[in-house]
Amino acid sequence: MTKAFSDTRNALAEYLLRLADTDMVLAQRLCEWCGNAPALEEEVAMMNVGLDLLGQARNWYDYAAELLDDGRDADHLAFRRNEREYRNLLIAEQPRGDYAVTTAKQFLFDIWHHQVLSRLTESSDERIAAVAAKALKEATYHRRRSTEWMLRLGQGTEESYRRLTDAVQNLWRFTYELTDTDALEDQLAEAGIGAGNVGDAWRTEVARVFSEAGLEQPEPARHFYMDGKNGKHTEHLGFLLAEMQYLQRAYPDATW
Amino acid sequence: MQPGELIFRERAAFTGTPLGEADLERAWDCLAEVMDPEVPVVSVVDLGMIRAVAWQEGHLHVQVSPTYSGCPATEVIERDVRDALEHFGFHSPRIERVLAPAWTTDWITDQGREALKAYGIAPPPKGQARETLRDPGPAACPHCGSARTEQLSEFGSTACKALYRCRDCLEPFDYFKCL
Repeated sequence: MTKAFSDTRNALAEYLLRLADTDMVLAQRLCEWCGNAPALEEEVAMMNVGLDLLGQARNWYDYAAELLDDGRDADHLAFRRNEREYRNLLIAEQPRGDYAVTTAKQFLFDIWHHQVLSRLTESSDERIAAVAAKALKEATYHRRRSTEWMLRLGQGTEESYRRLTDAVQNLWRFTYELTDTDALEDQLAEAGIGAGNVGDAWRTEVARVFSEAGLEQPEPARHFYMDGKNGKHTEHLGFLLAEMQYLQRAYPDATW
Repeated sequence: MQPGELIFRERAAFTGTPLGEADLERAWDCLAEVMDPEVPVVSVVDLGMIRAVAWQEGHLHVQVSPTYSGCPATEVIERDVRDALEHFGFHSPRIERVLAPAWTTDWITDQGREALKAYGIAPPPKGQARETLRDPGPAACPHCGSARTEQLSEFGSTACKALYRCRDCLEPFDYFKCL
């Protein structure tokens, strides 16, 4: 369980790291498709979405670094923290799988992301509202794209339907984190800064698309024993970071 | 012209005391020659990326708004802006990155839209960036002017573009997405 943070500054830095790490890890997963995508257009699309997420991550990291004020900059936060220090949602770190897995993962995330960013544009913290307003425009494109792919795969062939159904089933337990908030998130939501719980809006939108795609509606995900927001990750994150952080670990402070 | 290359017209360098309105005009003129490195026919001014130019404590202060959060050209553009201003004698200009209000394609000037079209990129429809959930798409093929176009890919060679094809002249073309 999280401890409530006594001062808002530290609580906010922690919250920003969750947003930044989730964007960063998902961007890394998307970019694994570079050179491997099923179609050129899809490769370009995924690299673009990944790039948007990477830019958003940097905006959050920059702000987190200022609040932490301990000499670490955005690069340090991204490339020199270990998996237990990473605060990303578990769904972001799951392996990219086949294209159905990537599509389902992106869709479940995009709906959450869009809701969270929409709320953050109303944040009483002006810096957060500014980063969110910019990111929201991009997330709107992302959401539209992944929604269309859900429909295409769901209404496509027997094979695409089977793969998408399997993907949703395997990823579903990780959606618990998207619909749950902990003490830290509640604290910031009450202060008018954080997005709070977007679970209801998320479930409504996901149910709408599932129904249109002809997918079965799973039961709401139950409490899951791992907790990405507090550094308790699946085994996949360590491998992802090992690859992503290799250069900075091998050649600290390397520059172009 | 190579992307990112700075081409300056003949112009007397700025030499006076950096305070006047006339000098701000010069600064705008100078910025109007800084081209987007990825679309080297449209200036950062015509793209609506320069939000403000003002004097502050004896330095020129320029606010730059990035187009997309992850646009890899952001740093290059800020460097080009700085280089161009220094080239014209504005010493140690201060470049500030501003995110709010978020950049929108509605800020692209008419001149910028014409330049995009002439370069083969369909400009975004003006005044329609409020509802990006349904991008209206290009008004016409930038090559032949036909309105019969189809989307090939929602994303193109850079974050700000999508790929389309004309159904009359059959040429593929980039479309500057409505944001």
